[in-house]
Amino acid sequence: MEGFPVLSAIILSPLIAVLILLFVREERVDLIRGIAVVSTSITLILSLYLLFAYDTTKGGFQFEERIEWVRSLGITYHLGVDGISIAMVVLTAFVIFTGVFVSWVGITHRIKEHYIFLLLLVAGVFGVFTSLDLLFFYLFYELAVIPMYPLIGIWGSANRQYATMKLTLYLSFGAVFALLGILSIYFTAGQITGKYTFDLLEINKVIFPSRLYQIVVFLPLLFGFGVLTPVAPFHSWSPIGHAAAPSAVSMLHAGVLMKLGAYGIIRIAMWLLPEGAQFWMPVVAILCLINIFYGGLVAMTRKDMKFMIGYSSSSHMGYVLLGMASLNYVSMNGAVLLMFAHGIMTALAFALIGFVYDQAHTRMTYDFSGLAHRMPFIAVAFAVMGFASAGLPGLANFVSELLIFVGSFKVYPLQAVVAVFGIIVTATYMLRAIRNVFFCELMEEWKHLKDATTFVERLPYVVLIAVLLIVGFYPSILVDVINTGVVPLIDKINGVTQVAGG
Amino acid sequence: MITLYHYLVLSCILFAIGVAGVLLRRNILIVLMSLELVFNSVNISLAAFSHFLQSMAGKVFVVFTITVAAAEVAVGLAILVVIFRQKKTVYVEDLSEMRH
Amino acid sequence: MSIWLLLLIPLIATTTITLITRRHKDLSSYISIGAVVLCFIISIKPILYFLRNPHAEPLEQSFTWLNIPGLYVEIGTLLDPLSVLMLFIVTFVGSLIHIYSRGYMHGDPGYSRFFACLSLFIFAMLGIVLANNFIQMFIFWELVGLASYLLIGYYFEKPSAADAAKKAFLVNRVGDFGFILGIFVIFYATGTFNFLAIEKQIEAGNVGDWTLLLAALLIFCGVVGKSAQFPLHVWLPDAMEGPTPVSALIHAATMVAAGVYLLARTAFLYHAAPPEAAMVVAYIGGFTALLAATIALAQSDIKRVIAYSTLASLGYMVMAMGVGGVSAGMLYLTTHAFFKALLFLAAGSVIHALHTNDIWKMGGLYRKMKITGSTFGIGALAMIGVFPFSGFFAKDEILVATLASGNYVLFIGGIITAFLIAIFMSKLVFVTFFGEERYEGHPHESPPVMTVPLIILAFFAAVSGFVALPGLEPNFSTYIDGHVEGGEGGHFVAILSTLVVLAGILVAWLIYQRGFVRAEVIANHCHPLYRVLENRFYIDDFYDRVIVERIYNGIGRAFNFTEIHIIIGFFVNGSAFITREIGKALRLLTTGRLQEYALLMVGGVVILLFFFIFG
Repeated sequence: MEGFPVLSAIILSPLIAVLILLFVREERVDLIRGIAVVSTSITLILSLYLLFAYDTTKGGFQFEERIEWVRSLGITYHLGVDGISIAMVVLTAFVIFTGVFVSWVGITHRIKEHYIFLLLLVAGVFGVFTSLDLLFFYLFYELAVIPMYPLIGIWGSANRQYATMKLTLYLSFGAVFALLGILSIYFTAGQITGKYTFDLLEINKVIFPSRLYQIVVFLPLLFGFGVLTPVAPFHSWSPIGHAAAPSAVSMLHAGVLMKLGAYGIIRIAMWLLPEGAQFWMPVVAILCLINIFYGGLVAMTRKDMKFMIGYSSSSHMGYVLLGMASLNYVSMNGAVLLMFAHGIMTALAFALIGFVYDQAHTRMTYDFSGLAHRMPFIAVAFAVMGFASAGLPGLANFVSELLIFVGSFKVYPLQAVVAVFGIIVTATYMLRAIRNVFFCELMEEWKHLKDATTFVERLPYVVLIAVLLIVGFYPSILVDVINTGVVPLIDKINGVTQVAGG
Repeated sequence: MITLYHYLVLSCILFAIGVAGVLLRRNILIVLMSLELVFNSVNISLAAFSHFLQSMAGKVFVVFTITVAAAEVAVGLAILVVIFRQKKTVYVEDLSEMRH
Repeated sequence: MSIWLLLLIPLIATTTITLITRRHKDLSSYISIGAVVLCFIISIKPILYFLRNPHAEPLEQSFTWLNIPGLYVEIGTLLDPLSVLMLFIVTFVGSLIHIYSRGYMHGDPGYSRFFACLSLFIFAMLGIVLANNFIQMFIFWELVGLASYLLIGYYFEKPSAADAAKKAFLVNRVGDFGFILGIFVIFYATGTFNFLAIEKQIEAGNVGDWTLLLAALLIFCGVVGKSAQFPLHVWLPDAMEGPTPVSALIHAATMVAAGVYLLARTAFLYHAAPPEAAMVVAYIGGFTALLAATIALAQSDIKRVIAYSTLASLGYMVMAMGVGGVSAGMLYLTTHAFFKALLFLAAGSVIHALHTNDIWKMGGLYRKMKITGSTFGIGALAMIGVFPFSGFFAKDEILVATLASGNYVLFIGGIITAFLIAIFMSKLVFVTFFGEERYEGHPHESPPVMTVPLIILAFFAAVSGFVALPGLEPNFSTYIDGHVEGGEGGHFVAILSTLVVLAGILVAWLIYQRGFVRAEVIANHCHPLYRVLENRFYIDDFYDRVIVERIYNGIGRAFNFTEIHIIIGFFVNGSAFITREIGKALRLLTTGRLQEYALLMVGGVVILLFFFIFG
């Protein structure tokens, strides 16, 4: 595979699939699905190849590709991955792979357009995670956000117009601020070195002399990407967005899209502006409490399962923020691993809820009872998801939460205590949902429900659960790779303190 | 002796007539004709400047403008014909779909 | 290597049953039983090794699980007399209960699921026993919680079982909240999770008093949850919703004892910490024992009575740990595993025959079920602590240790508890197996697959106390502690406790067997008190109605209100509303009249011109 442009292939694979799909007739449903499956399988295989071929002893950015784009403005098509981005690429590959299968079952009209938008979105996400050029980063970022609008607007459920409008407005609003920050970094770095470039690795070498500058510019970046993360109190687009979206879109939305925000904060804001990170992260550590505690308790009161998982997502992203804010190796590893684990777990959650909703046409926990009698497979998968969410050992989320708690306990003891308490809250609503939906006597009206039995129906759940278990039992498989990306980042941020403080 | 000012005054008068026609006439056909007047007033001033400043650029622009204006009239009239077929009217106050 | 098999075999068994053999019920049960028996056989070797060399160095093996700068987590095994003892209890009692379950669960639709969960439990429990560090302990601690959840909720179609499972898991989670924080405190004080390394650091005096106190109390929270001590004891009686073998194995013999095991494992911490930590442990244990024994008096569900007796036993054990009697507590744990498993299994045999849990619908069963009745009797005598049954030695050691530590309040509490236990255990025997026949149907003795385990357990319940005989070398306390514990006042305590329990049995005999005083009369006479006991001091109600419903859900509802009406309703939709209103106002400009637009445009041009010329 030496010299083969793996990263470009990962981005192009869905885009080429989109091109082919444009020429396929709407009625040839199986061909359309087949194309989507093939293209996402290719991305999955390639991203797993990335994970295993990445040289952890060398570290740094690998699989780099660089093509001059606009020389005069310093724009290059520059791709490359480090430990952090590999975890995210693998996550995305798993979520879209399973998402295609979930859509196979769940989407019944305008199938072709659905897959086109889905694949466009995911190409954008891959682009964000692999770009080492700020302008391409932004470009891919928008490419990832925009297809959400038609995806929710056309295939969504109740209240979809409101949801999709709110989501798009929120995210575009945030993106504008992020762009402001990116441009400011571009111009300032250009002024300092005399050579204007969007290349992240080049800008990374620039030392911004003014602490004030870093602090000021960090804010729009934090806000812009924070809205997508979502940092409380700018989270309200997300639960309703989850709720209104069709299953595969919810999976991508909660599983991957929210991680774009956190990734943007890590990759751009914290990495390029270390002193800004030093200044603002304590604020983030306070805001994340709202996410964890408030989000968790709101999730507890919700009876609509998608809303419940939606608020739970913003609660769990609070843990990610706490891990980021603590600024040490352990917690940062935990934050990245939780982004991965939560992505897989929440994708599983939305796939399952979608499966039940497509048959029952309701998602209210109080409408159900005893579904485990009719759908034992789905019940088991849901329980695995619930326990993963509640941080049960043996599943990936436990490891990441453990790392975050250990890492943050010394820096922010209060936050760590609240975060650990948040686990109880999570367990409460997950177990309540399991009890109300799957346990007790089966109601007469749900006698017609069918379990997932066919290969296509079961595959996504099996794959996602397997990933949770593998990472849960053997976390080093991911952590060793993530760590190579985390160490230089944290060193850079903390190295600055020693210079400034010493 | 006809000086530059004579041309410019002519251009101004034509421009004013054209604007007045655009703003005041109800028949959309006349509005379009008035628009042509505005164009030509500009053409006159361009040609005059070009002549007196001994520069070819102005004349090139005049030819350019006339070409574009012709194309524009062609499109405009085509739209007008379609609108007339649908609405059976050429009065601008009856064409207020844009308000919604 | 063979030690790792102890973890691997049950894990393979549970995955095999779940993934492959779940449709073949018999095969599944054989896999599960085979796994636990194999574990027992494997663990014989280390047991013999430590019996021969009780003072041998602990054997430790480990591999790296997670290694990043600033954090090193290993998964390992630690073999010492303590863990080997637990290994024996878990695999031996576990084997018997697995075998018993084949008979008890016969014909149940979820047969394979039951055995898969049992194997999962054995896997997790052995993980706790073998753990050589706190993180591994916590990991398997949570996994036994999962197994317990799945087994309590085994009859998930029953709302009460579904609720009990949820309650058990969540209450344990509350305890684990403190446990994990305690682990962090220790980790930041010593830089390691490994038990032996922590012990060295603490002995070297590297850890401050306050840190030790905090860590000890927080870690005790985990014990309070898992071993069902007051105030988190409420889940254990409800856990009786699970199948009876589960109650025997998990909620009596092994899992709930894990908390006590944790206290023994971390005894160095409580030794080094300020004495307040151990005092808290001892008083919580003593109070739990007394509370549970009192409540048990007014219960009439056979399994619930035994569950409350388990609570009382756990209270004893925790109290023993608190007063420094590690070997006394472990002795009680060992004997308790036998006699409590026996009591539950015998009760299960009765339930299997009668399909009811209510003791007032039994009576006179001894004539029909001789083996069950006599083994139950042995279990009860052991539980009460009558010489020479095993419970006598264990209880005696605990009381001696309590007296020796100078906690006279606790000692008196322990004696009262022993009296109460004697009353309600004998009541159970009299009402269930003797007296008039109040049952319906035709009960008959259970099949040998159930009675043989009963007989084996009965044997151990009767004689296992003799391992603590003074003069035996090595006897139990030298095996665990390496030295003999204080024998001050040993005879006094033995005689006093024997007198007390005999008095208790006599009281029960007078009331329930001879009808000297009618039970209903007492109940009517002390009506308010009886109601309070029947309702378990209203602790469950307080938790449900005040803590959970009012406070926990209340905060949730308040937050939800904020979310809907303030954040979304006011800020988000408010800004959308303002934007829309501005848009409406500006829309007045767009009249749709072509010439007005043109006029505006010309006006704009004029203004611009004005600026360019005069500006």
